[in-house]
Order: sequence, then C-alpha cells, then structure tokens
Amino acid sequence: MSTLTKLDVRGLSCPEPVIRVKKAIEANPGEPLTVLCDSFVAAENIRRLSGSLGYKCETVENDDEFVLTLTKKV
Amino acid sequence: MDRRKILLSGLLVGFLGVLLVYFGNPANMGVCVACFIRDIAGGLGLHRAEPVQYIRPEISGFILGAFLTALLTGEFRARGGSSPLVRFFIGMAIMIGALTFLGCPLRMVLRLAAGDLNALVGLVGFVFGIFIGVQFLKKDFSLGRSHRLPAANGFAMPAFALVLLILVVTAPAFIFFSESGPAASRAPVVISLAAGLLIGFAVQRTRLCQVGCFRDLILIKDPHLLYGTAGIFAAALIMNLTFGYFKLGFVDQPVAHTDGLWNFIGLAVVGLGATLLGGCPLRQLVLSGEGDTDAAFTVFGLLAGAAVSHNFGLAASANGVTAAGQIGVLIAAAFLLVVGFAFTKSEITVRQKGGATHEHTD
Repeated sequence: MSTLTKLDVRGLSCPEPVIRVKKAIEANPGEPLTVLCDSFVAAENIRRLSGSLGYKCETVENDDEFVLTLTKKV
Repeated sequence: MDRRKILLSGLLVGFLGVLLVYFGNPANMGVCVACFIRDIAGGLGLHRAEPVQYIRPEISGFILGAFLTALLTGEFRARGGSSPLVRFFIGMAIMIGALTFLGCPLRMVLRLAAGDLNALVGLVGFVFGIFIGVQFLKKDFSLGRSHRLPAANGFAMPAFALVLLILVVTAPAFIFFSESGPAASRAPVVISLAAGLLIGFAVQRTRLCQVGCFRDLILIKDPHLLYGTAGIFAAALIMNLTFGYFKLGFVDQPVAHTDGLWNFIGLAVVGLGATLLGGCPLRQLVLSGEGDTDAAFTVFGLLAGAAVSHNFGLAASANGVTAAGQIGVLIAAAFLLVVGFAFTKSEITVRQKGGATHEHTD
C-alpha cells in the first residue's frame, strides 16, 4: 500500500529543494510525493528533476505557492 | 525548448559581453560583476584605488532588468531572513577571491573565450570550489529558510540601483571617476545600461548561473544550466575572433596575471562561496532585483569586500598577487569552510538549558 510523503521546501535556496526531493524519492522509490514550494525556480527545477527520474509532476498554484504532486510514470 | 532558451540567453550574454568591449569597456571585461562592483565601490569613495573608480551602469541594468521582468511576469516576491548577515560576509569572501583572480565567473568565461589560458587554471579552481560546496550540500548544508516580507522591502534594491544610475548621469563632485586604468575604459552610459537591462531580463527568465551549471552537473548530473555557459563561451569566442580580440596564451593578457596557484585559489573561493549562497554573483544581483533581500545583503557584501580588498592591499593586479592578498584569500577560504561546517545540520547539536540536546533543524 502506498503512502503519500509530504515535503515542505518553501524558502530554501537553490539547490536545496531539488536535493530534498531527490532524497525523498530515493528513500521511498516509486511512492507518490507531494511538495510544497513558494518559488518559480524551485518548481521548475523539481519538475525537471521529476522528469529525469521517471516521475510525472502535476502543479497546482494557489496563493503564491505551488503544490507539486509527483507520481511514478507507469 | 527550455534548453534552447538558456542557450539563447547565454549567446546573448556572450555577444553583449564582447560588444561592450567594442564600445569602450576594458579588454576581456565587457561584463564582470566583481570588477564592476569594485569600480562602484571606488566611485562611491569606499576605496581610493584611482584606476578602478566608476559607477558602472551595467550593474544597475542587471538589477532593474530583473526587477521589471519579475514584475511583468508576476515573479516579484519580497522575501528575506535566510542568514542575511552570514550572506553579507560570504559576499565579502567571494569578492576577495574574485579580486585575487581578477574577475567573477562570468569574466572567467569571457577571458577563456578571448584565449586567456590563466582563466583555464581559474576554471579548474572554480570547479574544485564548487565540488567542496557540493559536499556540504550533500550533508544538508542550509543557510535556512527565507520568508515573505512586505513588498516595500523588495523595492529597496531596485531603488538603490536607480540612485546609482542618477549618480552616474549627474556625476556630482563627491563621486570618483577614474581618469586612467580599467575604470577609465567605459562604454557610453546608454549602451551599458541597455546591455545590463537585457542581461538582467535574460538571466531572470532563464535562471542562467555560472555556479549552478557545474553544481547541478556534479550534484544531480543535470547539464541544463551548462548550455547557458556554453552559449556565453561560443558567442564571446566568435565575437572575439571577429573583432580581433582573441589572443591565445598566458602572458600579457589584459587585466590578468599569470600566477596560476592564486588564480586557482581565488576562483576556488568564489566557487565554494557561491555554492553556499545558491548562485553566482550575477545571479545574486538578479535575485536582489526580484525582491530577494538576502541576495541584496550578498551584493552589499560584495561591495564591502571590494572596499576591503583595495583598502587593505589585497586585490591582485597585472603584476600578480600581493602577500597581503595571499593571506586575505586564505582567510576567506577558511571562513567559508567554517560556514560550511557550521550550517551543515547533521553536524550540529544544540545544548539546551537543563542539559538536553536535540538536532538543530532549520
């Protein structure tokens, strides 16, 4: 049964959001992951990382923040 | 598509970097964040090294270009609180390193594209410094989170950039402008400003970063940002060959010295410092225009570092690196290593009143 890991990378400088997402994925490979971030750059970088690791990334923007949901591509 | 954008952005920066030399900026120094902030420190009288005093409009252009672009795209966010004082000191250390090499990472690429092989030694040092920084990042180094601030905070840096522009145009008596030396070579204000605005726009949109390109390659094997650096190099190389500025070798390169060890150490300090900050000096200027007040503290650290470098005789020249400069850059390196260890979370336990300990978070 899959569990949804949540990660808050708001306010972190480059490239810390990407490192934290990568570590979270490596800790629970294949599991979905939700990331909360507040920077355009971090959101772009996480989307690029998720693509390179074979994950699909859906972004929802609300109130200047982004919620990114990463799920393993089948 | 993304890669094409960052490549185009790099090509634009490289093209403008040499075009500004054609219009009057110093040789192999069409654009250099470290040298230009050093000139501004001199222009404001924060140091009195007569050959390097001018309020370079390109710097205001980078900040204002990024500011206007961020406003138009809705990316402007006033924020701060991620170890601003430490970032200020890191900025100082970076400037001491850059003035040992004689250039920021952007000028390193422009010097390479003009055939200056001393910059190749600098590049090796730069990548070495980034490699050290990446080891801290892998162990969860962090200067902490920034937080949203009232919008007026974000306007302070663009306002400062505007004040600098007013000073260069009105040239009041208390401002210093070099009559000889590198800072006496300058493109017309309008051209410098226009180029700065364009570069600020391009870097804001594409996140081009001279430290990020090697950092991401080492850390996550992502070559994305490297396309930007490749673009700068390619465009500058073509422009240098076209204008006859290209000269391959170590000796007699413009505003450069041949002391390989200190070129290596100088840029290693820049690479390490910029990795700890999260971006190269150009990127810090752009972030400061986007509302990032922590990056603004870094920019003022660069300014203070330039003043210290020249007031204390640390800055290198075409004659080489002074003894004081060698000590200064080693102190800067030691300081950055201390910061690296001090802010690496897994290394820190905080002893609380009563003797309990807990892991430090954020």
